[in-house]
Amino acid sequence: MLLVPCPYCGPRPEVEFRCGGEAHIARPADPDALDDAAWAEYLFARTSPKGLHAERWLHAHGCGRWFNALRNTVSDAFITTYEMGQPRPDIAGDR
Amino acid sequence: MAQDFRLPGRGRIDRKKPIAFTFNGRTVGGYEGDTLASALLASGIRLMGRSFKYHRPRGVLTHGADEPNALFQVDRGTGRADPNNRATVVEAVAGLTVSSQNHWPSLEHDIGQVNDLVAPVLTAGFYYKTFMWPRSFWDKFYEPAIRAAAGLGVAPDAPDADRYVHRNTHCDVLVVGAGPAGLAAALAASEAGKRVILADEQAEMGGSLLADLTSTIDGKPASAFVAEALKTLAGRANVTLLSRTTAFGYYNHNHVVLTERVTDHLAAPDPKLPRERLWQVRAKEVVLATGAHERPLGFADNDRPGIMLADSVRTYVNRYAVAPGRRIVFATNGASAYRAAADAKAVGLDVTLVDLRPEAEIGPERALLSGIELLAGHTVVGSTGGKAVTGLIVAPLSGGSVGARRTLACDCVGMSGGWTPAVHLFSQSRGKLTFRTEIDAFVPGTSVQAERSAGACKGTYDLASILAEGWAAGADAAGAPSTRAFAATPATPTGFKAARVLPTDADPKNVRAFLDFQNDVTAKDIGLAVREGFESVEHVKRYTTNSMATDQGKTSNMAALGLVSEILAKDIPQVGTTTFRPPYTPVTFGAIVGTARGETFDPIRTAPVHEWAVKQGAKFENVSLWRRAWYFPKPGEDMHAAVARECRAVRESVGLLDASTLGKIEVVGPDAAEFMNRMYPNGWTKLEPGKCRYGLMLKEDGFIFDDGIVARMAPDRFHVTTSTGGAPRVMAHMEDYLQTEWPDLDVFLTSITEEWGVIAVQGPRAREVIAPFVTGIDLSPQAFPQMTVREGEILGVPTRLMRVSFTGELGFEINVPADFTQAVWEALFGYGQRFGITPYGTEAMHVLRAERGFIIVGQETDGTVTPDDVGLSGMVSKAKKDFVGKRSLARPDMARADRKQLVGLLSADGRTVLEEGAQIVADTRQALPMTMLGHVTSSYLSPTLNHPIALAVVSGGRARMGETLFVTTPAGFTAVKVVAPVFLDPEGKRVEGLVEGGVHA
Ligand SMILES: [Zn+2]
Repeated sequence: MLLVPCPYCGPRPEVEFRCGGEAHIARPADPDALDDAAWAEYLFARTSPKGLHAERWLHAHGCGRWFNALRNTVSDAFITTYEMGQPRPDIAGDR
Repeated sequence: MAQDFRLPGRGRIDRKKPIAFTFNGRTVGGYEGDTLASALLASGIRLMGRSFKYHRPRGVLTHGADEPNALFQVDRGTGRADPNNRATVVEAVAGLTVSSQNHWPSLEHDIGQVNDLVAPVLTAGFYYKTFMWPRSFWDKFYEPAIRAAAGLGVAPDAPDADRYVHRNTHCDVLVVGAGPAGLAAALAASEAGKRVILADEQAEMGGSLLADLTSTIDGKPASAFVAEALKTLAGRANVTLLSRTTAFGYYNHNHVVLTERVTDHLAAPDPKLPRERLWQVRAKEVVLATGAHERPLGFADNDRPGIMLADSVRTYVNRYAVAPGRRIVFATNGASAYRAAADAKAVGLDVTLVDLRPEAEIGPERALLSGIELLAGHTVVGSTGGKAVTGLIVAPLSGGSVGARRTLACDCVGMSGGWTPAVHLFSQSRGKLTFRTEIDAFVPGTSVQAERSAGACKGTYDLASILAEGWAAGADAAGAPSTRAFAATPATPTGFKAARVLPTDADPKNVRAFLDFQNDVTAKDIGLAVREGFESVEHVKRYTTNSMATDQGKTSNMAALGLVSEILAKDIPQVGTTTFRPPYTPVTFGAIVGTARGETFDPIRTAPVHEWAVKQGAKFENVSLWRRAWYFPKPGEDMHAAVARECRAVRESVGLLDASTLGKIEVVGPDAAEFMNRMYPNGWTKLEPGKCRYGLMLKEDGFIFDDGIVARMAPDRFHVTTSTGGAPRVMAHMEDYLQTEWPDLDVFLTSITEEWGVIAVQGPRAREVIAPFVTGIDLSPQAFPQMTVREGEILGVPTRLMRVSFTGELGFEINVPADFTQAVWEALFGYGQRFGITPYGTEAMHVLRAERGFIIVGQETDGTVTPDDVGLSGMVSKAKKDFVGKRSLARPDMARADRKQLVGLLSADGRTVLEEGAQIVADTRQALPMTMLGHVTSSYLSPTLNHPIALAVVSGGRARMGETLFVTTPAGFTAVKVVAPVFLDPEGKRVEGLVEGGVHA
């Protein structure tokens, strides 16, 4: 079970959280401006990188807040967390 | 039975505490401190089981967790019996009923032994090759027959009478294993005051030192070192010592799960104690000191009872004071067996040692053999005996050829094929193993988590080095690096020459050298698998079942891997290794389940009127975690009769439903209407306060997600209702958008499901029933029309009173604070008696809404249904620029004419009640596979109309009105007519209540 570092509550067990998938996929401001392929891309296409991955996490059974996290998908190590709306930190490395 | 093989004056058994248990009906004596295996050996019992496939007689192979052979059914009383216990780890307790497994009619005379004679056909992949055809035979014939013939123990048939608990804890340093490395690590880690947990699977801590009578550590006997270390650790408040505790799973972020056996070793445990305790440990740092497993040697008939591991012989002699035999032949390819031979000789047993290595390759261990005959440069080519070994057949090796055979008479063989570090937990932690050729073993390489290994599990076998390594690991884990040297004498005999299958002069076709004793896999099977093209060790494992048994191949993994590498002439790292997965050893279901059984299996949510409904004799159904009243049978009524009566009451007079389980969310804030506009396809801007609207919620993919009535209480306040099961996901869906997409909106979401109880009063008399109790609200139809909400009081309690209907009748949903709901309910019920007021449950609710053609999300919809599919395109605003799901609804697929659309179905015979989920076709004579047009989503016998009604989704359904289609039933197809999905009151007049004279026209 992961130990997820909630930026508001501190480290808490994974069962308190829900992972919301890849971060930084903003809802298009004008969906009608997108053709079907572009809309499908927004809806369904996600990356599945080996290594650092920016993800959305919800502390559902805690403070109830969403946040972003950089997690290494190989080691499962959480590198950092940051607020919703903030850009992905420029962090290299894989541990 | 007399303990003829018990040795005098030694061992860690308590001779003052004799115990007795039964084994296959015979009483066996022993002492506290014995395992079942050591007690049986003390009484001269060597035949302990039959092998899985060939039913060969087997005895104990090991003295610990790696035991593949001696698996017992252990019965501690009703509800306390379980199979497949390893005799080498179950402590001997007075009163146990123990029996061996996998034989019939008895262990001594086993019919299944015939499998041994037909062994040539039972080769690798036998099941795959033999039982392939015809396919239908597998379920009905092959599998039951194979399961009956094979299988291990018997599953218990009574509920588990014991209690199991879970405990969560944190520590700075978790040390797994309390042998020399683990003890040293715990001493070092705890010195600095860190919180340390030391866990060991055995009854007594000390590991290999418990069987070491010759080593001294810092000038003291090994046993004294153990006693002093444990005394020191026990005296430190920051140390928790957990014996009988197996760390079986190493999960993410140093989450290690241990299972502690609390009472199995007690003849009369305190009933307050749980049988087992599952520890969920979150450790900052972990030290793995899990030791190593000795390898058997591969030679023909290496599985006869009495043939065991060399260090197991030593452990039985030294720790348990048991002679596993009187004439023991040790067979080895390395140094450690010399120590075992010397210890056996020291208690007066007749000992011979056979070493595969030529004289010149034997190291200083040679000195341990004073007075013991050594046959160096000899191979083992077989054994003699039946239910017990009677001799070991050996032959000299010279220049690669096998010389003349010679049989060494014996009643016990101690074999040693070298050592395999127990890297299971390290591997579970996802650490990467590296192969060290000089010790022929995989050892921990790169760590992924905050852990380090020490001692034999790291391939370090010399006692002084093990202790020093353990200390350094413990100090490192505590964040205070230090080193300490330990003086350990004499030097530990280490080193071995890797050997897969011993050289033999026999025809390889006739040699059955067992690698996996539990699954009866021989070296020949591995060879066959490789010849048939299986080259990956993972494939070889699955094809041959090598190391796939409950012991997970602790004694066989390396042998199979080495053999594959030898046959393919590839280095072992190229062949690969096994990834170990939890659990390290079998874990009881009880420990995993803990207290989550029976009443505490799942939380139960009950509505405010629940107790009242229980007293009324209601039957209940589970809706998500809620327990809802399903129907209220009167004496003599079945479900059908009760539901029909409840439905008639609502249609003709008035009924009461506890609708409190509906999800309720308050959406509040200056931007509440804007938020609602974005979340729902409906428009909300023009909805005036005091009005209600049916809200249909979509996900971004355009499909229906939930629905419910929304009441606008004020310009900045919406009272949103959701389906009973949908409340949490709707709340999460809204929060997600609010927090992550539109954080600029000034809106707060609050779950108010539990704040408000809801009483649905439905039926033409509904207004008359509530009128006497309501104050501050004009109930007249003109002042309080359908789909409006008013705030006032009922019985002096604040209410949000909605005029809404899910039945098609005049109706109200009375929201009152949950604590007052039952009082209001009882007042309405009492007053309503004059109208024959009738409580109704969820089943009647379903029937009533189906008669009116109202959908239920999750029943008419399945996550692929659009608003238009269920005839609700009118709910979708054309004026709004955007809302969740809008763009997806514009995809061409969403407008296809052949989409499945909601329709009604009437059985042509007027009698058949269709099955929900039944498939629908247009033509029953078409060729298979038929074109399926859709399925039945809801089906009832309508009490109001007195004939069956059904809702269905059918391809292009709205264009098929009047068509005859066919629906599957258990008796074949039945014809149905497609009609509009509304069976009663299509104009919706009934919500206005009384028409004339108190009854509907
Ligand atoms: Zn939090």
